[in-house]
Amino acid sequence: MTTTVPDGGTTQGARARRGGGGPATRRALRLDRRYLPVVGTFVVLALILVVGGMRYDNFLSVGVLANLFINNSFLIVLAVGMTFVILTGGIDLSVGAVLALSAVTAAYLLNAGMPAGVVIPLVVLVGSVIGLLVGAMVHVFEIQPFIATLAAMFFARGLCFLVAPESIPISEETFVALAGWDTWIGGQWRITSSVVIALVVVAVAFYLLHYTQFGRTVYAIGGGEQSARLMGLPVARTKVLVYVVSGTCAGIGGLLFAMYSRSGYSLTGVAMELDAIAAVVIGGTLLTGGTGFVLGSVLGVLVLGLIQTVITFEGTLSSWWTKIVIGGLLLVFVILQRVLTVRRT
Amino acid sequence: MTSSKDTARPIVEMTGISIEFPGVKALDGVDLRLFGGEVHALMGENGAGKSTLIKALTGVYGIDAGEILVGGAPHRFSGPGEAQGAGIATVYQEVNLCENLTVAENIMLGNEPRRFGAIDWRATRRRAAEHLATMGLDIDPASSLGSHSIAVQQLVAISRAMVVDAKVLILDEPTSSLDADEVARLFEVVRALRDQGVAILFVSHFIEQVYEISDRMTVLRNGGLVGEYRTAEISRGELVSRMIGRTMEVLEDLQVRTDHAVDPTAGTPFLQAVGLGRRGSVQPFDLDVHPGEVVGLAGLLGSGRTEVARLLAGADRADAGTLHVKGEPARLRNPRAAIDRDIAFSSEDRKAEGVVGDLTVRENIVLGLQAERGWLRRLPGKQVDEIVDRYITALGIRPANPDALLRNLSGGNQQKVLLARWLATAPELLILDEPTRGIDVGAKAEIQRLVADLASRGMGVVFISAELEEVLRLSHRIAVMRDRQKVAELTNGEAVGLDDVVELIASGGTH
Amino acid sequence: MSATSAPPPRTAGRLGAVTSHTLFWPVVALVALLAANTIFRPSFLSVSVLNGHLFGSPIDILRNCAPLMLVALGMTLVIATRGIDLSVGAVVAIAGAVALSFIATAPEPEAIGTVLTAIGIALVLSLLLGVWNGFLVSVVGVQPIIATLILMTAGRGIAMLITQGQITTVTSAPFKTLGAGFWLGLPVATLVAFGVFGLVSFLTRRTALGMLVEAVGINPSASRLAGVQARTIVWTVFALAGLFSGLAGLILASNVMAADANNAGLFIELDAILAVVIGGTSLAGGKFSLSGTFVGVLIIATLTLTVTNLGISPLVTPLFKALVVAAVTLAQSPVVRRKLAERAVRRPSTSKAVA
Repeated sequence: MTTTVPDGGTTQGARARRGGGGPATRRALRLDRRYLPVVGTFVVLALILVVGGMRYDNFLSVGVLANLFINNSFLIVLAVGMTFVILTGGIDLSVGAVLALSAVTAAYLLNAGMPAGVVIPLVVLVGSVIGLLVGAMVHVFEIQPFIATLAAMFFARGLCFLVAPESIPISEETFVALAGWDTWIGGQWRITSSVVIALVVVAVAFYLLHYTQFGRTVYAIGGGEQSARLMGLPVARTKVLVYVVSGTCAGIGGLLFAMYSRSGYSLTGVAMELDAIAAVVIGGTLLTGGTGFVLGSVLGVLVLGLIQTVITFEGTLSSWWTKIVIGGLLLVFVILQRVLTVRRT
Repeated sequence: MTSSKDTARPIVEMTGISIEFPGVKALDGVDLRLFGGEVHALMGENGAGKSTLIKALTGVYGIDAGEILVGGAPHRFSGPGEAQGAGIATVYQEVNLCENLTVAENIMLGNEPRRFGAIDWRATRRRAAEHLATMGLDIDPASSLGSHSIAVQQLVAISRAMVVDAKVLILDEPTSSLDADEVARLFEVVRALRDQGVAILFVSHFIEQVYEISDRMTVLRNGGLVGEYRTAEISRGELVSRMIGRTMEVLEDLQVRTDHAVDPTAGTPFLQAVGLGRRGSVQPFDLDVHPGEVVGLAGLLGSGRTEVARLLAGADRADAGTLHVKGEPARLRNPRAAIDRDIAFSSEDRKAEGVVGDLTVRENIVLGLQAERGWLRRLPGKQVDEIVDRYITALGIRPANPDALLRNLSGGNQQKVLLARWLATAPELLILDEPTRGIDVGAKAEIQRLVADLASRGMGVVFISAELEEVLRLSHRIAVMRDRQKVAELTNGEAVGLDDVVELIASGGTH
Repeated sequence: MSATSAPPPRTAGRLGAVTSHTLFWPVVALVALLAANTIFRPSFLSVSVLNGHLFGSPIDILRNCAPLMLVALGMTLVIATRGIDLSVGAVVAIAGAVALSFIATAPEPEAIGTVLTAIGIALVLSLLLGVWNGFLVSVVGVQPIIATLILMTAGRGIAMLITQGQITTVTSAPFKTLGAGFWLGLPVATLVAFGVFGLVSFLTRRTALGMLVEAVGINPSASRLAGVQARTIVWTVFALAGLFSGLAGLILASNVMAADANNAGLFIELDAILAVVIGGTSLAGGKFSLSGTFVGVLIIATLTLTVTNLGISPLVTPLFKALVVAAVTLAQSPVVRRKLAERAVRRPSTSKAVA
């Protein structure tokens, strides 16, 4: 099952393939501690699937799993962006509000008759620009990420209501067609355009983090900003860029949400940043930065989605249990992280 | 200063380097020459300007005056990246690598081979493995750096330096956390690199290591250049006295001395440490402190004197040996435990571990006492005023304004406030780590007088100072530290002179 | 060897002393807001007596700000120790849910005893939630932002669990007094919040809590070496933050006589942090100013009322808050301060103090 553990090509399999003597083969079977939290996430995911499959009929059906991706595509994108920020040791509270702003702007502009081909890149850009502003506040003015993104959150949420206090339905043809596009894999697994976009975002993020200098610098900053600077890496640029990435992801998330709900409403995405942070933490990314994987965050989103599904299947359990279970899970993972970091230092 | 054999042109030539920070001249006209195929030691006490000089060379600090020639061409680096580009690589004391990444990633970070624009991990690992092999390091490049010992990390950092084909390798205190075997291994690598023609700048507080590895040395003191020497041509004693200088004559006139006629060592000691130690910090040592006795700890910086103090004060937890206080066994798990046993500790790092800058002088003075009482039982205002007034007067704290913020006071007065904080808790043992560092001559003498006075009234004192004259004048007994162990203990008296202590520090009393 | 930065030269005299006071700009902002309102609607500041109660916009501000005042009080202490508490909104919801559910199921919802018991249970539970946060932060060593994120996430679920997902409404005159009643012409909520605020301000200075909190926030390692039990201090402030949030939740619930687990105290943590920052307490910890927080809370309450008065949808309020946050944090940012300090130093360039 090593394929579930993303690490930029150093999976056990790759190592074994390389083989051929050398010191590497000696410890090929030992699991690197960096993967422990992700493995934990995977175990939780598997447990939910197994228990759910045993308790409920149809739980392990292809439809349920396909819907998991369809219903959470925007959260996947948010979590991906958040992963970049948290890897550097920062946090982004603005993503929920930026998502709403992007969705509302999309709906507003489409309603005003602007073609989808212009609107789509434009609303993504809205997210990037807000991210750039946040990055500048954090880097140039040395404002704590918490406060800078809090300001961005208020700002974006306020703009939402300025653009459109009411929910705007989207009827623009191209957009509706794009949102409605889907295909069936193997005749059973339904994939919508949102899922495709989300997966593309994940793939791009994976590439950025593991195959570019930018991504390596993100990890290095999380490992120690001072060290990264002394190693001659472009720390300043990277710190601004992670917020741009997160903002852009929130912009894309807004687009996906608009496609999902066929409307733009300024109250969407309230507290969604918490879900994104929770997904990233449950996905095994250390909040102190430096350790974590974008695919882990995807797993984290799937865990959150599965909890929701289980509670729906259970029927007798009320929806609020979702929050309690997520909180409990968060606690377990935070303590697990704490134990791991204490042992390391 | 130039020896006749230096026909080759140095790879690095720094001349007349001056760097000024607001209010301080950190470097004043310092020269440094690094030759290919040579290990050059940079020597000096803390604050002598070693780190500043290194940072000037690596582009972390800009220089205010002087010239840096690398390979004969003038250079001005505006960042570590540029210096690396010019072939100058640095391995810092606290290994500046990322523990969260793998060994291979750390070695190649920023220099990864690319394939179609993307990082080619296979080639990256292969090249990292090659570099490790040249270092003689048999570790898995895909293992995480944090899983290796500091020594290995150190060698990984050197491997990283060699990726950029460094012509100059700067090793800043590389051996401070290594044991003897690890040091030997490091030196093998250093010698191999030297033989390849790399110029190596080696900074260390360990005299023996400097003599073992270096060919040439530059000595700094107080931001100024003392001189450049061939290692073979300067004796250990000479080196130590050049490093510490002899500029303390001014103080001799003050005649602050403890009364050596009294012998406080009779009776039971207040504190008795047997085999007390902490791995990676200080080797197990024995030490007694009697009431009314001043025990001096002498040694160069990094010799373990501070570490001894921290163990005695509960600031660090000992992992070996036993400690008895007033005859009772004591395990000091935190500073509070020491305070409860009437032990007070004033740290050498006044700014980070003493001064609470945004609180007033009054609050800083009563902080220790109040902490002992807990937050519920606030000291009555009248008592506070009485204590604060008493110490402001007794110690001559200027300005004599209890409401001044401590950060606005001068270093000497901050030190007095910290002393007042501890004296207010009425300790029976006072541990002072560098209480006179960085303060002016007058305040220095006042603090010395206070120490002598407190001891004469029955307080035990552990006194640490880089200024040996000071230690010599004040102490009844002197424990000499060297390379993180206690190497000697002498009873002070008329017969003991500065040279004896310098000799012990330099040689370790082994011959 | 040593360089000591001399205290900044006092150039501007008494006027400088006034403008450099930490409360100067917050008070200016508050006065400006009130003035703008008065210009827009001259009757804004007038207070009338109706049925023996005081009425008018100023009274509205005082009453509306009561819950935030309590939450911001606890938040100030937490922030002073270098912490942050994101869970206060959830605690608000839980406290309201517990109290109202208890009253709703009690045989005599109108009895004073019932109400007092309900309040007692809610407050004890809130205190325990604060203790839980404090435990995670000071004993387990989890970063405050994350430790409290857990309760922030789970807390609303717990509140829903208590109310069984309903918006619990009750009729209980004694309980209604807390949020909507008047005493001596003034809203009871205001009296309670201001009373607690005053009491705590008094206590932080009468006990050593204030000083030890600041010491821990300014220099944790120096405080540790001085023997300060930082763990106890941090634990205490988180417990207090929980307790005060619970009280705020009771006032909110009593005001509408309903426990809305989803929306009670929504975003109150952000408003509270904002009030603390506006009041001049740095998020980096250390020196705190309860009077600053007091003014900060009034500014936010006035801002909210102003937006309504100006006929702007209250939904746009966040935009104004964003502008305030940006302005205040930029003014407080290290970079801007350094720039200002450089300019201040350059003027009297003759005095270069080297000791």
